[in-house]
Amino acid sequence: MPETRDKLLYPAFSLAERLATDKLPASACYQCRKCSCGCPLTFAMDLLPHQVIQLALLGQEEKVLASNTIWVCSSCETCTTRCPNGIDIAGVMDWFKEQAVQQKKAVPQPEVAAFHRFFLESIRAGKGRVSEMNLVGRFTFFKMRRKFAVRELRENMKLGWELMKRGRMRLLGSHAPEGQTEIQEILKLMKS
Amino acid sequence: MKVSYYPGCSLENTAIDYAASIAGVTPLLDVELEEIKDWNCCGATAAHSINQELALALPARNLMTAEKMGRDVVAPCALCFNRLKVAEKSLKNPAGNPLGLSYPGTIKIWDLLDYLTQEDYLHNLSQKAKRPLTDLQAVSYYGCLVARPPAVTDKTDCENPQNMERLLEVLGATPLDWSFKTDCCGAGLALARPDIIDTLTQRLYERALAAGAECFVVSCQMCQANLDLTQERISRKFGKSYYLPVFYFTEIIGLALGHPQAKEWLAKHLVNPLPLLQKKGLI
Repeated sequence: MPETRDKLLYPAFSLAERLATDKLPASACYQCRKCSCGCPLTFAMDLLPHQVIQLALLGQEEKVLASNTIWVCSSCETCTTRCPNGIDIAGVMDWFKEQAVQQKKAVPQPEVAAFHRFFLESIRAGKGRVSEMNLVGRFTFFKMRRKFAVRELRENMKLGWELMKRGRMRLLGSHAPEGQTEIQEILKLMKS
Repeated sequence: MKVSYYPGCSLENTAIDYAASIAGVTPLLDVELEEIKDWNCCGATAAHSINQELALALPARNLMTAEKMGRDVVAPCALCFNRLKVAEKSLKNPAGNPLGLSYPGTIKIWDLLDYLTQEDYLHNLSQKAKRPLTDLQAVSYYGCLVARPPAVTDKTDCENPQNMERLLEVLGATPLDWSFKTDCCGAGLALARPDIIDTLTQRLYERALAAGAECFVVSCQMCQANLDLTQERISRKFGKSYYLPVFYFTEIIGLALGHPQAKEWLAKHLVNPLPLLQKKGLI
């Protein structure tokens, strides 16, 4: 495949440079794979963490943006902690997620991306604090519209009821904190 | 000792049992908690995943308020703690911070478990433990973000923390050694990818049982939720009947100190701990 060959022989260094500019230098990676060996989520990944770094250094942005890996990473920070070259691998995963959102890419893990979006919007709905009811309600609606699964819905509703009985989930959210001018100013950083 | 307190959103919702046990046991140790005035959400995993600016600005506001209040901050939530530390590192960067804020940084940010397991408090607890938790076989489960990454958390023992074990010993319980104390439970993927939670959490159940555990003790409400709320589902899925109650360390303190409300906190769990405690003669 000449196109792939060209990409590998003449990598686009601009991607590595963009990462470095955003305080996520990765070029010290020597592919020891310690990140992938310690990662608890590899069973759900299509690219292993060390491959994400390698592809990033080769400028293969599209491949990384199309991967499940960046979205199923749980940000447990094991890779970042153990990298012998001090590369913030979990930070690189976040960087690609944000790129995917900014570039409006088709995300291979739409549930995860939607959850993050709804979470942030629920902070707005709760005027600075998460409204769990808003978050869970919207997310469930989103998921059921994509794929209606009676059993899952019934299980979730049962769990929700058990939590409500115990006061661990409430119909009404927390009281909104004061200092709304400041909080609303910060929430403007939400683009949509 | 009076300290500032950043409870975080979960402690007003799914983790009200954690919040209640903290409110119950801190006065017994002469710790007075004062909430950070008008605190806001730290943005959690969602913000640092898709919006770095927001992920810094949200905790930075809380930190600035805490600094004005002038006392050290304790955070019971691992994620809140981690995000406060990220904000601290960024605001203290001598090269300037992206928010352009001036932050003297005279206060210290504590994870609640670390705060309450300082030598003095452990000594105090050993004196006050009225009902030692004799023979309670427990694994300590710290989760991820209190410890990692050390460049953010300033922890020296992030691969093998020991302070929860020391606490359990002081309270008369039997802390068991196991290799999964800082492994991930799947955290914020709970709603979006419950299948991942099931895989990771079932592994934790298995490893805890292999170590001889009868229960988990945790210091993170995300860990508590993923271990407690899913136990019935995971049992069904894997065709096993797991029974591993998941205690907050503050509930364990309350039990050992004979706090009258301990039973009420425990009643909020989905995996009912009372049969275990009754079997051990601890309640």
